[in-house]
Amino acid sequence: MNYLASIGSYAIMIKEVFKKPTKWSIMKSLILKEIDELIFGSLGILIFISFFIGGVVAIQTALNITSELIPKNLVGFATRQSIILEFAPTFCSIIMAGKVGSYITSSIGTMRVTEQIDALDVMGVNALNYLVFPKIIALLLYPFIIAISMYVGIFGGWFAGVFGGFSTSADFVEGVQLDFIPFHVTYAFIKTLVFAFVLATIPSFHGFYMKGGALEVGKAATTSFVWTSVVIIILNYILTQLLLG
Amino acid sequence: MIEVNDIYKSFGDAHVLKGISTVFDKGKTNLVIGQSGSGKTVFLKCLLGLFSPDKGTISHDGRIYSQLSTKEQRNLRQDMGMVFQGSALFDSMTVEGNVMFPLEMFTKQSHSEMQDRADFVLKRVNLIDAHKKYPSEISGGMQKRVAIARAIVMNPTYLFCDEPNSGLDPRTAIIIDNLIQEITKEYDITTVVNTHDMNSVMEIGEKIVFLKNGIKEWEGTKDEIFKTDNEAVTNFVYSSELFKKVKQMYIEERD
Repeated sequence: MNYLASIGSYAIMIKEVFKKPTKWSIMKSLILKEIDELIFGSLGILIFISFFIGGVVAIQTALNITSELIPKNLVGFATRQSIILEFAPTFCSIIMAGKVGSYITSSIGTMRVTEQIDALDVMGVNALNYLVFPKIIALLLYPFIIAISMYVGIFGGWFAGVFGGFSTSADFVEGVQLDFIPFHVTYAFIKTLVFAFVLATIPSFHGFYMKGGALEVGKAATTSFVWTSVVIIILNYILTQLLLG
Repeated sequence: MIEVNDIYKSFGDAHVLKGISTVFDKGKTNLVIGQSGSGKTVFLKCLLGLFSPDKGTISHDGRIYSQLSTKEQRNLRQDMGMVFQGSALFDSMTVEGNVMFPLEMFTKQSHSEMQDRADFVLKRVNLIDAHKKYPSEISGGMQKRVAIARAIVMNPTYLFCDEPNSGLDPRTAIIIDNLIQEITKEYDITTVVNTHDMNSVMEIGEKIVFLKNGIKEWEGTKDEIFKTDNEAVTNFVYSSELFKKVKQMYIEERD
């Protein structure tokens, strides 16, 4: 019953987010601030992780090719498929649930604990629109960093494959270009946009409706990470079935 | 003027407010006192419209809050200023940003007009040279002054303060109390202050409502509170040695 009540509260929150918009001149600066914090602030860690995961995928694939009948370009092909289909959109979103999600929950939760949200309410400001809407808009740029993650991941695979002696550059590039289906990128970006909405709203929900003090802010951040990850994993399954099944 | 008519508020099985009725007059500093857990904060949040009473009505100059549309309620809230117990300043904004925030949200003033207004109210609360500082860089007393400046920047009709001098040293607490009273007179607004500080009662209490376990146990003025025979009030007022001595002196003087 608690889960149902939470889902209901979440739906009501989403409705409230889009009601009574904040003045555009203020909203504009809030959106730019969130883009800086959520998008550009995450770029470094995603590039770092993507490069090394791409490298590991390439090495693992190469080490598992034992038969001479399997073409050498499989390393590039497998790296591209893994990165574009799953690693960049899904794995990166789980990482973002930890980085961005806990930041959103703890910052909004702290505002709740220190009565800053009550102060917004008293002034007649729609606190949900003021706090959550800019995050949703900022995370519309999330596919932009996922595209970079795809590029860097494949580059990491090439780097590890070629410089680790597991593949030649020509074989790797041939594999990357082999049987390329453009819809796979579209599929990845559709998933990314859905996950972006989840990343902005579920942590906000846990922060906005939390009760208690500093300890509860920490607990809310953890709960938010767990639920954001769970929802991303479930939606990943549903979207894959719908779009590729 | 705020008229409270027989309000009840419960949270699950916890009955916090049980039939409170009172009137808070314009131009007066009205105090709500009582021990921790007596329902003061819930009562104040009902006056602000943050909680809806389960039963009864609250009328702000004839406008019954629960009967207003959402838009009218939001407009009414723009007539209210609130000073929170912990100041509730936005920590991502400077002092000036905090004070200008309501103006930016609800007025069409130019930036320089807003800055002039922020300067004016910050001077009014005796805060000079703190405009560009962040809340974490100023003292608790200064934070309270910023909170008061932010509360009055829109020229409110109603000012609410939740334990405005908690956590402050006695001297700063008196300064904040006096500031609230001066502003109440100067702007002719209806001020309601939640407190359990008897010094505040002596300093600024023009009308006092005493709550105990969610019930209005007593109401009167600061002169009457020291003469009342109500046991709950006297237990509360004379709980400290200082006030016991004050009472003793009062009795000796009278005799």
